[in-house]
Amino acid sequence: MEGDIANLGQFIGAGLAGMGAGVAALGVGNVAGNYLAGALRNPSAAASQTATLFIGIAFAEALGIFSFLVALLLMFAV
Amino acid sequence: MATETGEDSGLVFHPMDQFIVKPLFGDGPVHWYTITNVTLWMALGVLGIAALLILGTSRRAIVPSRSQSVGELAYGFVHKMVEDVAGKDALKYFPYIMTLFMFIVFANFLGLIPTAYTTTSHIAVTAVLALGVFLGVTILGFVKNGTKFLGLFWVTEAPLAIRPVLALIELISYFVRPVSHSIRLAGNMTAGHAVLKVFAGFGQVTAIAPLSILAVTAIYGLEVLVAFIQAYVFTILTCVYLKDALHPSH
Repeated sequence: MEGDIANLGQFIGAGLAGMGAGVAALGVGNVAGNYLAGALRNPSAAASQTATLFIGIAFAEALGIFSFLVALLLMFAV
Repeated sequence: MATETGEDSGLVFHPMDQFIVKPLFGDGPVHWYTITNVTLWMALGVLGIAALLILGTSRRAIVPSRSQSVGELAYGFVHKMVEDVAGKDALKYFPYIMTLFMFIVFANFLGLIPTAYTTTSHIAVTAVLALGVFLGVTILGFVKNGTKFLGLFWVTEAPLAIRPVLALIELISYFVRPVSHSIRLAGNMTAGHAVLKVFAGFGQVTAIAPLSILAVTAIYGLEVLVAFIQAYVFTILTCVYLKDALHPSH
């Protein structure tokens, strides 16, 4: 193990940014879980809301992807 | 930098090596006109789309062949999406959205072939697609609605006191659109393929090699799903932005 303190900071920062992906997973799970709960209560309305489901998942997921991007930037670009 | 992949990290190949842009002939520097592996796989994607949508449907059989029914399925799928999400008057812009969808779907699926190159994993590719949508939709909004398009940022349902704050938030979220639109696709593709390579790298350790193969198979199945869903999400968000441009009132 060798390297300077800047590398240490990069790796720690990338690891911290990676936690954002886990939090985004909570958000995506929340969207999908609530959709399923609603769909089981009223199955006839479920099919018309799948587009909304995917839009909601996409918005929740985008922020997790941002943190992944920060991690990638720290590892490869800085 | 995490470039040392030899003795230190224990992986025979680096998971990000698959995204390197290389010239196809020789190995000089990459200029804008250099034919690279990205060019090759994009061209293959375009050829694949042409084969499916032109050759596959050219016979116009009443009882469709397999390729014709896949082409008709894709057409009907996108047509219904535009009509449902963006409204009937958005069908004028259906050819553009269909082009986007087919290009992204083919780029994603061709990238899933082992040793192939995923062109949509590069922000340079997805950013051009997203910027095209962003500029097109903004210009369309101003051409169709004039200054009423700015009503998108002025939420008349809200109390007057918090409207400036809302306008600021709406403005920021509007300009973040092309960023999130492009990074969502590129990030998903990059992350999925990097995970595949990481698990493939575990295969060299004999004790966990069978587990690694199982994991790669499972994640590959997930990636097939993600490849389609991300193309779907990109297209449906384009429809949502188009709806905002055509009907800017909240």
